[in-house]
Amino acid sequence: MRYSGLKVITEGLFGNRGWGQVWRNPAPKAEYDAVIIGGGGHGLSTAYYLAKNHGLTNIAVLEKGYLGGGNVGRNTTIVRANYFLPGNSEFYSHSLKLWEGLEADLNYNVMHSQRGLINLFHSDGQRDAFARRGNAMINQGDDAELLDRDGVRALLPYLDFDQTRFPIYGGLLHRRGGTARHDAVAWGYARGADQRGVDLIQNCEVTGIDIEGGVVRGVQTTRGAIRAKKVGMVVAGRSSQVAAMAGLRLPVESHVLQAFVTEGLKPVIDHVISFGMGHFYISQSDKGGLVFGGDLDFYASYAARGNLPMMEHVMEAGMTLMPMIGRARVLRSWGGIMDMTPDGSPIIDRTPIEGLYLDCGWNYGGFKAVPASGWCMAHLMATGQPHEVARRFRLDRFATGHLLDEEGTGSQHNLH
Amino acid sequence: MRLTCPLCGPRDRREFHYLGAEEYLRRPAAEAASAAWDDYLHNRDNPAGETRDLWYHEAGCGQWLLVTRDTVSHDIRKVELVATLKGGAK
Repeated sequence: MRYSGLKVITEGLFGNRGWGQVWRNPAPKAEYDAVIIGGGGHGLSTAYYLAKNHGLTNIAVLEKGYLGGGNVGRNTTIVRANYFLPGNSEFYSHSLKLWEGLEADLNYNVMHSQRGLINLFHSDGQRDAFARRGNAMINQGDDAELLDRDGVRALLPYLDFDQTRFPIYGGLLHRRGGTARHDAVAWGYARGADQRGVDLIQNCEVTGIDIEGGVVRGVQTTRGAIRAKKVGMVVAGRSSQVAAMAGLRLPVESHVLQAFVTEGLKPVIDHVISFGMGHFYISQSDKGGLVFGGDLDFYASYAARGNLPMMEHVMEAGMTLMPMIGRARVLRSWGGIMDMTPDGSPIIDRTPIEGLYLDCGWNYGGFKAVPASGWCMAHLMATGQPHEVARRFRLDRFATGHLLDEEGTGSQHNLH
Repeated sequence: MRLTCPLCGPRDRREFHYLGAEEYLRRPAAEAASAAWDDYLHNRDNPAGETRDLWYHEAGCGQWLLVTRDTVSHDIRKVELVATLKGGAK
């Protein structure tokens, strides 16, 4: 079924009885050409692009819970291409371009909203760093504008400009940055993959990976054995556990990242804003809730819930920057489990096992990468070669020293 | 979350600085192969369950602590002084 404005109106007139099921619920077959472990944003987009770009349709996505129930349903939905390092810059630029055509491509409203992203700076040194980053973004072909204090004040008059502790010097404006509806991204890719014949198999946990003589043969699951010529592990948040089934030990440590949402308010924050002197960033969802977050809790965790000190820090930082939000009541908070790598950048690569591929290590930037990650992982699985824009996301870069340390914070998992 | 420091008693999590997994105690020899250094610095078991990791009591006694805890439940099982561990570490 093709969605359209006309369809919405007709269905509205006739009691919405004709929508039908969005995707099938197939039983797993005994064998596929390729199997993707993980039915989150990245796994679903990988399946979609394998089918669409490479004509591989005898494939399955295996999800232990329900589609989109992991980090793609538990994030702060920010989409941007403001990276600096060669390797990251072209990848996120590619991803943003895919975002811009995504709704038309998927025939699905992912509510992509390019409302503009502003990274604030609070010192001369920080201004220099952001000017340099902005130049890198422009060189990549993306957009960046350096705003001075008055420029920021014109856009964000409600910030506390007069405080003496962290005065606002200006901001880097990335107009094509913004947000999207996180669940819809997973659903849109799921529907697109299903329409092309991909089997989306839910409640199917992978319990083992079959390897013979260094070649992958398939997987064991809670719904039986499934043979496959190629297997992709796309399970950020659980990468170490799944990779361990293949005898691999990854450069990943899992950390919890918290986020918060307030009760619904009238439109008040029109952009995505990040504070440069504390861990705080914020946007307002289309439902009206202020969605904001901070940094990791900084210790290894799979708890999917955080601790109070970081919560307190985030609230303090928010109040420092925009005291007007102090009367808003926080509705809920949650924690997502992040694959943290030693340089803060992801991995899309082959593994030492033939036919077994790895897409992981998204740190806390996985959401904006969903389209390009799937695009590049599909390219890798279909052709056996890394895609041009993801060629530096190598698994062996830590051993060889070709790190992509975007923040320049050093080789420790929780510092990124 | 609180950690019970063997010297200072139960203290708020904010007094401690987290370094990372216990691996950091098993530093390879300077002449070890680069694969050993790669393992030491980057690769982790990263268990969902019981783990042992290093915390520094920054706002307390200044001792390195080896903490046995659960990464899923956040239970703290054991806190030991690294300085008194068998084999001694720095």
